[in-house]
Amino acid sequence: MEQFLQQLASGLANGAIYACVALALVMIYVSTDHLNFAQGEMAMFSTYISWQLMAWGLSFWVAFILAVLISFVLGVLIERIILRPLHTAPVLSVVVVFIGLLAICNSMAGAIWSYLIKEFPSPFPKSAFGIAGVIGPHQLGVVLVTLIVLTLLFLFFRFTPLGLAMRAAAQNPQMARLVGVRVDWMLALGWGLAAAVGAVAGIMVAHIVYLDPNMMAGILLYAFASALVGGIGNPGGAVVGGFIVGVLENMVAYAGNMIEKETGVYIIGNGEKLTVALVIVIFVLTVKPAGLFGRVVVKRV
Amino acid sequence: MLSLLEVKELKAYYGQTQALYDVGFDIAEGGITTLLGANGAGKTTTLRAICNMVRRDGTIRFGGKDLGGMPTEEIVRLRIAHVPEGRGTFTTLTVDENLRIAAYTNRDKGVVAAERDRVFGYFPRLKERIQQQAGTLSGGEQQMLAIARALMLKPRLMLLDEPSFGLAPLIVVEIFRILRRINEEEKVSILLVEQNAALALDLATHAYVLETGRVVMSGPSEVVKNDENVRKSYLGY
Repeated sequence: MEQFLQQLASGLANGAIYACVALALVMIYVSTDHLNFAQGEMAMFSTYISWQLMAWGLSFWVAFILAVLISFVLGVLIERIILRPLHTAPVLSVVVVFIGLLAICNSMAGAIWSYLIKEFPSPFPKSAFGIAGVIGPHQLGVVLVTLIVLTLLFLFFRFTPLGLAMRAAAQNPQMARLVGVRVDWMLALGWGLAAAVGAVAGIMVAHIVYLDPNMMAGILLYAFASALVGGIGNPGGAVVGGFIVGVLENMVAYAGNMIEKETGVYIIGNGEKLTVALVIVIFVLTVKPAGLFGRVVVKRV
Repeated sequence: MLSLLEVKELKAYYGQTQALYDVGFDIAEGGITTLLGANGAGKTTTLRAICNMVRRDGTIRFGGKDLGGMPTEEIVRLRIAHVPEGRGTFTTLTVDENLRIAAYTNRDKGVVAAERDRVFGYFPRLKERIQQQAGTLSGGEQQMLAIARALMLKPRLMLLDEPSFGLAPLIVVEIFRILRRINEEEKVSILLVEQNAALALDLATHAYVLETGRVVMSGPSEVVKNDENVRKSYLGY
Protein backbone atom coordinates (compact mmCIF):
# COMPACT_ATOMS: atom_id res chain seq x y z
CA MET A 1 0.00 0.00 0.00
CA GLU A 2 2.75 2.40 0.94
CA GLN A 3 4.56 1.67 -2.30
CA PHE A 4 1.33 2.28 -4.19
CA LEU A 5 0.93 5.69 -2.54
CA GLN A 6 4.54 6.54 -3.29
CA GLN A 7 4.07 5.70 -6.93
CA LEU A 8 0.87 7.73 -7.04
CA ALA A 9 2.61 10.74 -5.46
CA SER A 10 5.56 10.59 -7.79
CA GLY A 11 3.14 10.24 -10.70
CA LEU A 12 1.36 13.39 -9.60
CA ALA A 13 4.65 15.26 -9.33
CA ASN A 14 5.70 14.19 -12.84
CA GLY A 15 2.20 14.91 -14.05
CA ALA A 16 2.42 18.47 -12.74
CA ILE A 17 5.52 19.02 -14.89
CA TYR A 18 3.89 17.47 -17.96
CA ALA A 19 0.81 19.61 -17.31
CA CYS A 20 2.85 22.83 -17.39
CA VAL A 21 4.68 22.00 -20.60
CA ALA A 22 1.46 20.69 -22.19
CA LEU A 23 -0.28 23.93 -21.24
CA ALA A 24 2.54 25.93 -22.83
CA LEU A 25 2.12 23.90 -26.03
CA VAL A 26 -1.65 24.37 -26.03
CA MET A 27 -1.42 28.13 -25.38
CA ILE A 28 0.55 28.57 -28.57
CA TYR A 29 -1.46 25.99 -30.47
CA VAL A 30 -4.86 27.59 -29.88
CA SER A 31 -3.71 30.97 -31.15
CA THR A 32 -1.52 29.89 -34.07
CA ASP A 33 -2.45 26.26 -34.93
CA HIS A 34 1.22 25.36 -34.60
CA LEU A 35 2.89 22.96 -32.19
CA ASN A 36 6.04 24.54 -30.84
CA PHE A 37 8.65 21.77 -30.95
CA ALA A 38 11.14 24.10 -29.27
CA GLN A 39 9.00 24.49 -26.12
CA GLY A 40 11.05 21.96 -24.17
CA GLU A 41 14.41 23.43 -25.20
CA MET A 42 13.21 26.92 -24.34
CA ALA A 43 12.31 25.63 -20.87
CA MET A 44 15.72 24.01 -20.58
CA PHE A 45 17.39 27.30 -21.50
CA SER A 46 15.32 29.09 -18.85
CA THR A 47 16.46 26.53 -16.30
CA TYR A 48 20.07 27.28 -17.15
CA ILE A 49 19.36 30.99 -16.68
CA SER A 50 18.07 30.32 -13.17
CA TRP A 51 21.11 28.10 -12.50
CA GLN A 52 23.42 30.91 -13.65
CA LEU A 53 21.63 33.43 -11.42
CA MET A 54 22.05 31.08 -8.46
CA ALA A 55 25.71 30.60 -9.37
CA TRP A 56 26.06 34.37 -9.14
CA GLY A 57 24.81 34.15 -5.58
CA LEU A 58 21.08 34.78 -5.75
CA SER A 59 18.76 32.67 -3.64
CA PHE A 60 16.63 29.98 -5.29
CA TRP A 61 13.35 31.85 -5.27
CA VAL A 62 14.81 35.15 -6.47
CA ALA A 63 16.56 33.29 -9.29
CA PHE A 64 13.30 31.42 -9.99
CA ILE A 65 11.23 34.58 -10.34
CA LEU A 66 13.90 36.40 -12.37
CA ALA A 67 14.34 33.43 -14.71
CA VAL A 68 10.59 33.21 -15.26
CA LEU A 69 10.43 36.93 -16.05
CA ILE A 70 13.43 36.74 -18.38
CA SER A 71 11.83 33.75 -20.13
CA PHE A 72 8.65 35.75 -20.58
CA VAL A 73 10.58 38.56 -22.27
CA LEU A 74 12.55 36.09 -24.42
CA GLY A 75 9.30 34.40 -25.47
CA VAL A 76 7.82 37.74 -26.52
CA LEU A 77 11.00 38.61 -28.43
CA ILE A 78 11.11 35.26 -30.23
CA GLU A 79 7.57 35.81 -31.45
CA ARG A 80 8.11 39.43 -32.45
CA ILE A 81 11.45 38.92 -34.19
CA ILE A 82 11.56 35.35 -35.49
CA LEU A 83 7.93 34.38 -36.03
CA ARG A 84 6.36 37.70 -37.01
CA PRO A 85 7.72 37.52 -40.60
CA LEU A 86 6.25 34.00 -40.87
CA HIS A 87 2.62 34.87 -40.11
CA THR A 88 1.47 34.03 -43.58
CA ALA A 89 4.09 31.36 -44.26
CA PRO A 90 3.13 27.74 -45.02
CA VAL A 91 2.99 25.33 -42.07
CA LEU A 92 6.15 23.51 -43.06
CA SER A 93 8.23 26.69 -42.97
CA VAL A 94 7.06 27.30 -39.43
CA VAL A 95 7.86 23.71 -38.45
CA VAL A 96 11.38 24.10 -39.83
CA VAL A 97 11.80 27.32 -37.85
CA PHE A 98 10.65 25.55 -34.67
CA ILE A 99 13.16 22.78 -35.23
CA GLY A 100 15.83 25.39 -35.89
CA LEU A 101 14.89 27.12 -32.66
CA LEU A 102 15.17 23.81 -30.85
CA ALA A 103 18.67 23.21 -32.21
CA ILE A 104 19.75 26.78 -31.47
CA CYS A 105 18.57 26.65 -27.82
CA ASN A 106 20.20 23.28 -27.35
CA SER A 107 23.58 24.16 -28.81
CA MET A 108 23.65 27.61 -27.24
CA ALA A 109 23.07 26.10 -23.81
CA GLY A 110 25.82 23.57 -24.52
CA ALA A 111 28.20 26.28 -25.73
CA ILE A 112 27.58 28.58 -22.77
CA TRP A 113 27.26 26.08 -19.94
CA SER A 114 28.81 22.91 -21.44
CA TYR A 115 27.12 19.55 -21.88
CA LEU A 116 28.25 18.27 -18.49
CA ILE A 117 25.38 17.19 -16.30
CA LYS A 118 24.91 19.53 -13.36
CA GLU A 119 23.15 19.04 -10.06
CA PHE A 120 20.24 21.33 -9.45
CA PRO A 121 19.11 22.26 -5.94
CA SER A 122 15.65 21.81 -4.49
CA PRO A 123 14.24 24.81 -2.64
CA PHE A 124 12.01 22.73 -0.40
CA PRO A 125 13.21 21.94 3.15
CA LYS A 126 14.07 18.29 3.66
CA SER A 127 12.32 17.89 6.97
CA ALA A 128 8.84 19.00 7.96
CA PHE A 129 7.68 19.05 4.36
CA GLY A 130 5.93 16.22 2.60
CA ILE A 131 4.48 13.12 4.22
CA ALA A 132 7.05 10.60 5.36
CA GLY A 133 7.02 7.45 3.28
CA VAL A 134 4.41 8.74 0.85
CA ILE A 135 5.46 11.95 -0.81
CA GLY A 136 8.90 13.53 -0.64
CA PRO A 137 9.44 17.21 0.05
CA HIS A 138 10.48 18.04 -3.51
CA GLN A 139 7.58 16.15 -5.09
CA LEU A 140 5.05 17.88 -2.86
CA GLY A 141 6.70 21.23 -3.56
CA VAL A 142 6.55 20.67 -7.31
CA VAL A 143 2.85 19.83 -7.16
CA LEU A 144 2.11 22.90 -5.03
CA VAL A 145 4.15 25.34 -7.13
CA THR A 146 2.66 24.15 -10.41
CA LEU A 147 -0.86 24.22 -8.99
CA ILE A 148 -0.32 27.81 -7.88
CA VAL A 149 1.01 28.78 -11.31
CA LEU A 150 -1.85 27.02 -13.10
CA THR A 151 -4.41 28.70 -10.83
CA LEU A 152 -2.90 32.13 -11.44
CA LEU A 153 -3.03 31.53 -15.19
CA PHE A 154 -6.63 30.40 -14.96
CA LEU A 155 -7.60 33.51 -13.01
CA PHE A 156 -5.73 35.70 -15.49
CA PHE A 157 -7.48 34.25 -18.53
CA ARG A 158 -10.87 34.03 -16.88
CA PHE A 159 -11.16 37.33 -15.04
CA THR A 160 -8.91 40.02 -16.52
CA PRO A 161 -9.70 42.17 -19.58
CA LEU A 162 -6.30 41.31 -21.06
CA GLY A 163 -6.95 37.59 -20.58
CA LEU A 164 -10.32 38.01 -22.27
CA ALA A 165 -8.67 39.82 -25.18
CA MET A 166 -6.15 36.98 -25.54
CA ARG A 167 -8.93 34.38 -25.60
CA ALA A 168 -10.84 36.41 -28.17
CA ALA A 169 -7.73 36.81 -30.34
CA ALA A 170 -7.15 33.06 -30.20
CA GLN A 171 -10.74 32.18 -31.03
CA ASN A 172 -11.21 34.55 -33.94
CA PRO A 173 -8.32 36.88 -34.81
CA GLN A 174 -10.11 38.81 -37.53
CA MET A 175 -13.12 39.50 -35.34
CA ALA A 176 -10.84 40.46 -32.45
CA ARG A 177 -9.25 43.11 -34.65
CA LEU A 178 -12.72 44.45 -35.36
CA VAL A 179 -13.21 45.17 -31.68
CA GLY A 180 -9.85 46.91 -31.45
CA VAL A 181 -7.76 44.06 -30.01
CA ARG A 182 -4.09 44.29 -31.05
CA VAL A 183 -3.96 40.66 -32.11
CA ASP A 184 -0.25 40.63 -32.97
CA TRP A 185 0.64 41.70 -29.45
CA MET A 186 -1.71 39.11 -27.99
CA LEU A 187 0.22 36.43 -29.89
CA ALA A 188 3.51 37.73 -28.56
CA LEU A 189 2.08 37.80 -25.02
CA GLY A 190 0.91 34.21 -25.48
CA TRP A 191 4.46 33.22 -26.43
CA GLY A 192 5.78 35.03 -23.39
CA LEU A 193 3.36 33.26 -21.07
CA ALA A 194 4.10 29.88 -22.65
CA ALA A 195 7.83 30.43 -22.20
CA ALA A 196 7.26 31.46 -18.58
CA VAL A 197 5.14 28.38 -17.77
CA GLY A 198 7.76 26.22 -19.48
CA ALA A 199 10.43 27.85 -17.33
CA VAL A 200 8.51 26.93 -14.16
CA ALA A 201 8.35 23.32 -15.35
CA GLY A 202 12.05 23.22 -16.23
CA ILE A 203 13.21 24.70 -12.93
CA MET A 204 10.96 22.37 -10.95
CA VAL A 205 11.98 19.20 -12.78
CA ALA A 206 15.73 19.93 -12.93
CA HIS A 207 16.28 18.64 -9.40
CA ILE A 208 14.81 15.28 -10.45
CA VAL A 209 16.30 14.80 -13.93
CA TYR A 210 19.48 16.90 -13.37
CA LEU A 211 20.45 19.85 -15.50
CA ASP A 212 21.79 19.24 -18.99
CA PRO A 213 20.92 20.54 -22.46
CA ASN A 214 18.90 17.42 -23.27
CA MET A 215 16.94 17.29 -20.01
CA MET A 216 13.58 18.23 -21.60
CA ALA A 217 13.62 15.89 -24.59
CA GLY A 218 11.66 13.09 -22.89
CA ILE A 219 9.47 15.52 -21.00
CA LEU A 220 8.41 17.25 -24.22
CA LEU A 221 7.23 13.87 -25.55
CA TYR A 222 5.19 13.31 -22.40
CA ALA A 223 3.81 16.83 -22.72
CA PHE A 224 2.74 16.16 -26.32
CA ALA A 225 1.10 13.00 -25.07
CA SER A 226 -0.68 14.92 -22.30
CA ALA A 227 -1.89 17.65 -24.62
CA LEU A 228 -3.21 15.08 -27.09
CA VAL A 229 -4.90 13.01 -24.41
CA GLY A 230 -6.60 16.09 -22.97
CA GLY A 231 -7.52 17.56 -26.33
CA ILE A 232 -4.94 19.72 -28.05
CA GLY A 233 -7.18 22.78 -28.22
CA ASN A 234 -8.24 22.71 -24.59
CA PRO A 235 -5.98 24.27 -21.91
CA GLY A 236 -7.87 22.67 -19.01
CA GLY A 237 -7.77 19.34 -20.82
CA ALA A 238 -4.00 19.61 -21.30
CA VAL A 239 -3.51 20.10 -17.54
CA VAL A 240 -5.72 17.14 -16.65
CA GLY A 241 -4.03 15.16 -19.43
CA GLY A 242 -0.65 15.91 -17.84
CA PHE A 243 -1.73 14.44 -14.50
CA ILE A 244 -3.38 11.45 -16.20
CA VAL A 245 -0.23 10.59 -18.17
CA GLY A 246 2.01 11.15 -15.13
CA VAL A 247 -0.01 8.91 -12.85
CA LEU A 248 -0.78 6.29 -15.48
CA GLU A 249 2.84 5.67 -16.47
CA ASN A 250 3.78 5.12 -12.84
CA MET A 251 0.79 2.90 -12.17
CA VAL A 252 1.58 0.69 -15.15
CA ALA A 253 5.19 0.35 -14.04
CA TYR A 254 4.00 -0.36 -10.48
CA ALA A 255 1.60 -3.05 -11.69
CA GLY A 256 4.42 -4.57 -13.74
CA ASN A 257 6.69 -4.68 -10.70
CA MET A 258 3.94 -6.33 -8.63
CA ILE A 259 3.37 -9.00 -11.25
CA GLU A 260 7.08 -9.68 -11.41
CA LYS A 261 7.24 -9.99 -7.63
CA GLU A 262 4.29 -12.39 -7.48
CA THR A 263 5.04 -14.55 -10.49
CA GLY A 264 8.66 -13.85 -11.28
CA VAL A 265 7.72 -13.04 -14.86
CA TYR A 266 8.87 -9.68 -16.16
CA ILE A 267 6.23 -8.15 -18.41
CA ILE A 268 6.56 -4.44 -18.00
CA GLY A 269 8.54 -2.11 -15.76
CA ASN A 270 10.20 1.27 -15.40
CA GLY A 271 12.02 0.87 -18.70
CA GLU A 272 8.78 0.81 -20.64
CA LYS A 273 7.26 3.95 -19.12
CA LEU A 274 7.65 6.10 -22.21
CA THR A 275 6.41 3.31 -24.45
CA VAL A 276 3.35 2.97 -22.26
CA ALA A 277 2.69 6.69 -22.45
CA LEU A 278 2.85 6.63 -26.22
CA VAL A 279 0.64 3.57 -26.46
CA ILE A 280 -1.92 5.43 -24.33
CA VAL A 281 -1.78 8.36 -26.73
CA ILE A 282 -2.32 6.18 -29.79
CA PHE A 283 -5.17 4.38 -28.04
CA VAL A 284 -6.90 7.63 -27.03
CA LEU A 285 -6.48 9.13 -30.45
CA THR A 286 -7.89 6.03 -32.11
CA VAL A 287 -10.96 5.91 -29.91
CA LYS A 288 -11.43 9.62 -29.36
CA PRO A 289 -9.47 11.58 -31.95
CA ALA A 290 -10.29 14.97 -30.41
CA GLY A 291 -8.85 13.90 -27.04
CA LEU A 292 -10.75 13.22 -23.84
CA PHE A 293 -11.89 16.82 -23.38
CA GLY A 294 -11.53 18.06 -26.92
CA ARG A 295 -14.50 19.14 -28.95
CA VAL A 296 -14.90 17.89 -32.45
CA VAL A 297 -14.62 20.93 -34.66
CA VAL A 298 -16.75 20.76 -37.75
CA LYS A 299 -15.46 23.06 -40.42
CA ARG A 300 -17.79 24.27 -43.11
CA VAL A 301 -16.35 24.31 -46.55
CA MET B 1 -23.36 68.90 -44.55
CA LEU B 2 -20.06 67.77 -43.10
CA SER B 3 -18.88 64.46 -44.47
CA LEU B 4 -17.63 61.99 -41.90
CA LEU B 5 -16.23 59.41 -44.28
CA GLU B 6 -14.80 60.26 -47.67
CA VAL B 7 -13.93 57.46 -50.04
CA LYS B 8 -12.22 58.23 -53.34
CA GLU B 9 -10.97 55.98 -56.11
CA LEU B 10 -11.10 52.95 -53.86
CA LYS B 11 -9.75 49.79 -55.43
CA ALA B 12 -9.59 46.41 -53.73
CA TYR B 13 -8.00 43.11 -54.66
CA TYR B 14 -8.31 39.47 -53.70
CA GLY B 15 -4.98 38.07 -54.83
CA GLN B 16 -4.78 38.91 -58.52
CA THR B 17 -8.48 39.60 -58.86
CA GLN B 18 -9.63 43.17 -58.67
CA ALA B 19 -12.95 43.49 -56.84
CA LEU B 20 -13.46 47.26 -56.70
CA TYR B 21 -12.78 49.81 -59.44
CA ASP B 22 -12.55 53.42 -58.29
CA VAL B 23 -15.44 53.35 -55.86
CA GLY B 24 -16.18 56.73 -54.35
CA PHE B 25 -18.77 57.95 -51.89
CA ASP B 26 -19.34 60.28 -48.95
CA ILE B 27 -21.10 59.63 -45.70
CA ALA B 28 -22.66 62.56 -43.93
CA GLU B 29 -22.22 62.92 -40.18
CA GLY B 30 -25.31 61.58 -38.46
CA GLY B 31 -26.83 60.05 -41.56
CA ILE B 32 -27.68 56.55 -42.69
CA THR B 33 -26.22 55.57 -46.04
CA THR B 34 -26.83 52.30 -47.81
CA LEU B 35 -24.87 50.41 -50.42
CA LEU B 36 -27.08 48.36 -52.71
CA GLY B 37 -26.14 45.81 -55.29
CA ALA B 38 -26.44 42.22 -56.39
CA ASN B 39 -24.29 39.37 -55.12
CA GLY B 40 -20.67 39.96 -56.01
CA ALA B 41 -21.13 43.67 -56.68
CA GLY B 42 -18.52 44.55 -54.08
CA LYS B 43 -20.64 45.72 -51.14
CA THR B 44 -18.95 43.57 -48.50
CA THR B 45 -15.56 44.23 -50.08
CA THR B 46 -16.15 47.97 -49.73
CA LEU B 47 -16.78 47.61 -46.00
CA ARG B 48 -13.76 45.34 -45.63
CA ALA B 49 -11.61 47.79 -47.58
CA ILE B 50 -12.59 50.64 -45.25
CA CYS B 51 -11.27 48.60 -42.31
CA ASN B 52 -8.18 47.44 -44.20
CA MET B 53 -9.20 43.79 -44.20
CA VAL B 54 -8.42 43.34 -47.91
CA ARG B 55 -5.60 44.67 -50.06
CA ARG B 56 -6.72 48.11 -51.12
CA ASP B 57 -5.69 51.29 -52.81
CA GLY B 58 -7.18 54.78 -52.97
CA THR B 59 -8.11 57.45 -50.46
CA ILE B 60 -10.20 56.89 -47.36
CA ARG B 61 -10.60 59.74 -44.92
CA PHE B 62 -12.47 59.51 -41.66
CA GLY B 63 -13.13 62.82 -39.90
CA GLY B 64 -10.35 64.28 -42.04
CA LYS B 65 -7.90 61.54 -41.01
CA ASP B 66 -6.27 59.37 -43.66
CA LEU B 67 -6.84 55.66 -43.01
CA GLY B 68 -4.19 54.69 -45.59
CA GLY B 69 -1.80 52.18 -44.08
CA MET B 70 -3.54 51.87 -40.75
CA PRO B 71 -4.11 48.33 -39.42
CA THR B 72 -7.68 47.19 -38.73
CA GLU B 73 -7.46 47.43 -34.95
CA GLU B 74 -6.26 51.05 -35.07
CA ILE B 75 -9.03 52.02 -37.49
CA VAL B 76 -11.54 50.48 -35.07
CA ARG B 77 -10.03 52.50 -32.25
CA LEU B 78 -10.90 55.68 -34.17
CA ARG B 79 -14.45 54.54 -33.38
CA ILE B 80 -15.47 52.87 -36.59
CA ALA B 81 -17.43 49.77 -35.61
CA HIS B 82 -17.74 47.03 -38.21
CA VAL B 83 -20.44 44.38 -37.79
CA PRO B 84 -19.35 41.68 -40.23
CA GLU B 85 -21.74 39.51 -42.19
CA GLY B 86 -22.78 36.18 -40.75
CA ARG B 87 -23.28 37.14 -37.11
CA GLY B 88 -19.85 38.11 -35.98
CA THR B 89 -19.76 36.94 -32.39
CA PHE B 90 -17.18 35.03 -30.38
CA THR B 91 -19.18 31.83 -30.11
CA THR B 92 -17.24 30.28 -27.23
CA LEU B 93 -17.42 33.43 -25.09
CA THR B 94 -20.44 34.44 -23.06
CA VAL B 95 -22.73 37.32 -23.98
CA ASP B 96 -21.18 39.34 -21.18
CA GLU B 97 -17.63 38.62 -22.39
CA ASN B 98 -18.57 39.44 -25.97
CA LEU B 99 -19.65 42.88 -24.81
CA ARG B 100 -16.79 43.49 -22.39
CA ILE B 101 -14.16 42.59 -24.98
CA ALA B 102 -15.11 45.69 -26.96
CA ALA B 103 -14.22 47.84 -23.95
CA TYR B 104 -11.17 45.91 -22.77
CA THR B 105 -8.86 48.90 -22.96
CA ASN B 106 -11.04 50.67 -20.42
CA ARG B 107 -9.62 49.91 -16.97
CA ASP B 108 -12.62 51.36 -15.15
CA LYS B 109 -14.96 48.45 -14.41
CA GLY B 110 -17.76 50.75 -13.29
CA VAL B 111 -17.74 52.64 -16.58
CA VAL B 112 -17.74 49.41 -18.58
CA ALA B 113 -20.66 48.05 -16.59
CA ALA B 114 -22.61 51.29 -17.05
CA GLU B 115 -21.88 51.20 -20.78
CA ARG B 116 -23.10 47.61 -20.95
CA ASP B 117 -26.34 48.47 -19.15
CA ARG B 118 -26.93 51.33 -21.56
CA VAL B 119 -26.51 48.93 -24.50
CA PHE B 120 -28.93 46.50 -22.85
CA GLY B 121 -31.47 49.33 -23.06
CA TYR B 122 -31.61 48.65 -26.80
CA PHE B 123 -31.40 44.88 -26.50
CA PRO B 124 -33.24 43.80 -23.33
CA ARG B 125 -33.29 40.23 -24.66
CA LEU B 126 -29.52 39.97 -24.39
CA LYS B 127 -29.65 40.94 -20.74
CA GLU B 128 -31.64 37.78 -19.99
CA ARG B 129 -28.93 35.72 -21.69
CA ILE B 130 -25.97 37.47 -20.12
CA GLN B 131 -24.08 34.36 -18.96
CA GLN B 132 -25.00 32.20 -21.95
CA GLN B 133 -22.41 31.24 -24.56
CA ALA B 134 -22.87 33.32 -27.70
CA GLY B 135 -22.91 30.18 -29.84
CA THR B 136 -26.08 28.98 -28.11
CA LEU B 137 -28.09 32.10 -29.00
CA SER B 138 -30.63 32.16 -31.83
CA GLY B 139 -29.63 33.78 -35.11
CA GLY B 140 -31.50 36.98 -34.33
CA GLU B 141 -30.00 37.20 -30.87
CA GLN B 142 -26.50 36.70 -32.27
CA GLN B 143 -27.06 39.52 -34.73
CA MET B 144 -28.29 41.69 -31.87
CA LEU B 145 -25.20 40.77 -29.87
CA ALA B 146 -22.95 41.73 -32.77
CA ILE B 147 -24.63 45.13 -33.01
CA ALA B 148 -24.58 45.55 -29.23
CA ARG B 149 -20.87 44.79 -29.18
CA ALA B 150 -20.29 47.37 -31.91
CA LEU B 151 -22.15 49.91 -29.74
CA MET B 152 -19.78 49.16 -26.86
CA LEU B 153 -17.04 50.74 -28.99
CA LYS B 154 -18.95 54.05 -28.78
CA PRO B 155 -18.72 54.37 -32.54
CA ARG B 156 -19.06 57.52 -34.61
CA LEU B 157 -19.63 55.33 -37.64
CA MET B 158 -21.13 51.86 -37.75
CA LEU B 159 -20.56 49.60 -40.75
CA LEU B 160 -23.29 46.97 -40.98
CA ASP B 161 -22.96 44.04 -43.35
CA GLU B 162 -26.29 42.35 -44.14
CA PRO B 163 -27.87 42.53 -40.69
CA SER B 164 -31.02 40.88 -42.07
CA PHE B 165 -29.17 37.84 -43.41
CA GLY B 166 -31.02 34.59 -42.72
CA LEU B 167 -33.36 36.06 -40.12
CA ALA B 168 -37.13 35.82 -39.78
CA PRO B 169 -38.96 38.91 -41.14
CA LEU B 170 -40.29 39.91 -37.73
CA ILE B 171 -36.80 39.87 -36.23
CA VAL B 172 -35.49 41.89 -39.16
CA VAL B 173 -38.13 44.56 -38.57
CA GLU B 174 -37.19 44.66 -34.90
CA ILE B 175 -33.48 45.01 -35.67
CA PHE B 176 -34.07 47.78 -38.18
CA ARG B 177 -36.22 49.65 -35.68
CA ILE B 178 -33.39 49.43 -33.17
CA LEU B 179 -30.90 50.65 -35.78
CA ARG B 180 -33.02 53.76 -36.38
CA ARG B 181 -33.12 54.42 -32.63
CA ILE B 182 -29.36 53.97 -32.37
CA ASN B 183 -28.85 56.43 -35.21
CA GLU B 184 -31.11 59.02 -33.62
CA GLU B 185 -30.30 58.61 -29.93
CA GLU B 186 -26.58 57.84 -30.10
CA LYS B 187 -25.85 60.13 -33.08
CA VAL B 188 -24.11 57.21 -34.76
CA SER B 189 -23.69 57.48 -38.51
CA ILE B 190 -24.45 54.23 -40.29
CA LEU B 191 -23.21 52.65 -43.51
CA LEU B 192 -25.53 49.77 -44.29
CA VAL B 193 -24.97 46.99 -46.81
CA GLU B 194 -28.15 45.11 -47.62
CA GLN B 195 -29.57 42.61 -50.06
CA ASN B 196 -33.05 43.63 -48.99
CA ALA B 197 -33.13 46.90 -50.93
CA ALA B 198 -36.67 47.93 -49.94
CA LEU B 199 -35.85 47.70 -46.27
CA ALA B 200 -32.53 49.49 -46.68
CA LEU B 201 -34.01 52.34 -48.72
CA ASP B 202 -36.67 52.87 -46.07
CA LEU B 203 -34.07 53.28 -43.36
CA ALA B 204 -31.39 55.18 -45.25
CA THR B 205 -31.23 58.82 -46.20
CA HIS B 206 -28.71 58.21 -48.97
CA ALA B 207 -28.06 55.30 -51.28
CA TYR B 208 -25.30 54.15 -53.60
CA VAL B 209 -25.78 51.35 -56.10
CA LEU B 210 -22.80 49.13 -56.90
CA GLU B 211 -22.42 46.93 -59.95
CA THR B 212 -19.36 44.75 -60.53
CA GLY B 213 -17.16 46.91 -58.36
CA ARG B 214 -18.29 50.34 -59.58
CA VAL B 215 -20.77 52.91 -58.32
CA VAL B 216 -23.45 53.16 -61.00
CA MET B 217 -25.91 55.39 -59.23
CA SER B 218 -26.25 57.50 -56.12
CA GLY B 219 -28.56 60.00 -54.51
CA PRO B 220 -31.10 60.53 -51.77
CA SER B 221 -33.04 57.34 -50.97
CA GLU B 222 -36.31 58.78 -52.27
CA VAL B 223 -34.77 59.46 -55.66
CA VAL B 224 -33.03 56.09 -55.89
CA LYS B 225 -36.18 54.31 -54.79
CA ASN B 226 -38.13 55.77 -57.69
CA ASP B 227 -35.51 55.09 -60.30
CA GLU B 228 -36.80 52.78 -62.98
CA ASN B 229 -33.75 50.49 -63.08
CA VAL B 230 -33.42 50.21 -59.33
CA ARG B 231 -37.11 49.37 -59.06
CA LYS B 232 -36.84 46.62 -61.62
CA SER B 233 -33.51 45.15 -60.53
CA TYR B 234 -33.61 45.45 -56.77
CA LEU B 235 -37.15 46.16 -55.64
CA GLY B 236 -38.83 43.75 -58.02
CA TYR B 237 -41.85 45.70 -59.20
